[in-house]
Amino acid sequence: MDINKTDIPEVAPSFRLQWEEVQDCYVVLYPEGMVKLSGSAGEIMKRINGKLSINVIIKELETTFPENKLEDDVIKFLEVAYANGWIRNK
Amino acid sequence: MPMVGLETNKDGVSPPLWLLAELTYKCPLQCPYCSNPLEIAKYKDEISTEDWVRVMQQARKMGATQMGFSGGEPLVRQDLEELIQEARHLGYYTNLITSGVGMDEARVKRFKDAGLDHIQISFQASNEELNNFLGGTKSFEHKKEMARIVKKYDYPMVLNIVIHRKNIDQMRDILDMTVELNADYVELASTQYYGWSRINVDQLLPTREQLVKAEKIAMEYQEKLKGKSKIIYVIPDYYEKRPKPCMNGWGAIFLTITPDGTALPCHEAGQLPIEFPNVKDLSIQEIWNDSPGFNHFRGFDWMKEPCRSCPEKEKDFGGCRCQAFMMTGDAANADPVCDKSPHHQALLDDVERIGKIAAKEKNMDVKEQPLIFRNMKNSKKILKGESKAELV
Ligand code: SF4
Ligand code: SF4
Repeated sequence: MDINKTDIPEVAPSFRLQWEEVQDCYVVLYPEGMVKLSGSAGEIMKRINGKLSINVIIKELETTFPENKLEDDVIKFLEVAYANGWIRNK
Repeated sequence: MPMVGLETNKDGVSPPLWLLAELTYKCPLQCPYCSNPLEIAKYKDEISTEDWVRVMQQARKMGATQMGFSGGEPLVRQDLEELIQEARHLGYYTNLITSGVGMDEARVKRFKDAGLDHIQISFQASNEELNNFLGGTKSFEHKKEMARIVKKYDYPMVLNIVIHRKNIDQMRDILDMTVELNADYVELASTQYYGWSRINVDQLLPTREQLVKAEKIAMEYQEKLKGKSKIIYVIPDYYEKRPKPCMNGWGAIFLTITPDGTALPCHEAGQLPIEFPNVKDLSIQEIWNDSPGFNHFRGFDWMKEPCRSCPEKEKDFGGCRCQAFMMTGDAANADPVCDKSPHHQALLDDVERIGKIAAKEKNMDVKEQPLIFRNMKNSKKILKGESKAELV
C-alpha cells in the first residue's frame, strides 16, 4: 500500500491501543486477541489519534528522538499497521 | 528441595491474559454439540455479582487483558450490563459470546453504553429449519436480526458457526449468509468433542470426504473476501497427525471461571480427576500461582513418553490433557491425535467406525438421527446414570 504522508490515521473502531503496566508495553487489543508492541512501535501508535498527519507524527518523533533518522522505520511500521487493520485513514 | 523447585517454577509462571467468565449454564438453546459439561444440572448455585467483580479486578491486576462473557447463555444473567461496565472500566477488552437469544436492540444499546467492545453471535446453520432444529428452538430469524443490530451499533461482527456432519454440506450457504450479514470475522469452528459433543460424536463427526469439500469452499471464500472479511476454519483434530497446542500450555495464559466459581485452566478441565480451586476460597493470584490444579501440567516434567523425549513438545505441549484423559484414561499421556501416541490407532479405528455410521445414515432425515440434546432434563438423566452418556 502506498502511504501518503499527509494522511491522518486513526485507530480502527474494533481495535484499542492501551498501555499495559504488567507487560510494560503498549498493546493493541481486538476481538479475542492482543499484540504487544515494541517500544518504538508504541511511540508511533500512541501518536495516532485521528488528528495528526503522518508528516507531523514523523516530525514529532524526530524531535523526541533526535539521534535517529526515523522516517523509513515509521513508514514500515505504518504499512504493517494498515495491513493488519489496526489503523485507517480518517 | 521441593521449595526451590517451586520457586523457580513460579518465576516461570506468566500471568493470565485471558479471563473467560462462564456466567451461567442456563441456556434457551439445546445444541447437541455444546461443549459445556454434561453435569450442567448440578450447577445450581451461581456466584454473585460481587464475586465476579472481585475476580475481574484480581485477574486484571495480574495483567489479564481479554475478558470473555459466555455460558450457557450469558444474556440470562441480569447483571450482565453491570459486569461489562466494570470489566471495561478495569481496562479489559470485553467480548460477549452469545447465541443472540435473549437480546434486543435496547439491550445492545445498553451494552454499547457499558463499553462492550465486541459481540460474537453463533449460528447453528444457514437455514431456518436446520438452525432451529439443532438449537432446539425457533431462533434463526431473530439471530439474523440481532446480527444486523450489532452491525448498526458499529461493533466488529464476528459470526461463529460450529461445523459438524449435519451442517458441513451447507458450507457455501453458510458463507453466503455471513456475506449477507456483513460479518467482519467468521469462525467456522469444527466441533471439538468434549461434553455434549463427545456423547454425540457418532452423529457429529464429518467424514473425510465432507471435510475435503468444505475446506475447498472455505478457501475459495477466504480468497474472494480477502480484505473484507476474515474467515477462520480449523478442521477437526481427529483428522490431524499432530495435536493442537492446547490453551498454549496449561496455566499459561488462559483462565476459565465456571458459574459456581470453580477456576479452571481450560473450560473442559472440570472433567479431569484433579481438584480445582474456587474463587470463593482463594484469590486469583493464589489460584494461578500456587494451586496444585493450575500447576499440575505446567512445564514439561509431568510428561510421559513419547512426549517426554519428543523434540516437538515445546510446540504442542503434548496436546490436550482432556482428550488424553477421555481416550486413554490418563491425562498425562500424549493426546491420541498425535500419530506418535500408542493410542492413535484406536482413534483412527473410531473414526472409521463413525464413518460407517455416517454412510448408513446418509440419506436419512436429520431429525430421525439419534442426537442427545443439551438440556437440563438430559443432564439430570445422565447424572442419575439413566442415559448412555458414559458410553464413550
Ligand atoms: S452451544 Fe448452544 S446449548 Fe451450548 S451454551 Fe451455546 S447456545 Fe447454549
Ligand atoms: S509425542 Fe507428544 S510432544 Fe511429541 S508431537 Fe506427539 S503429542 Fe506432541
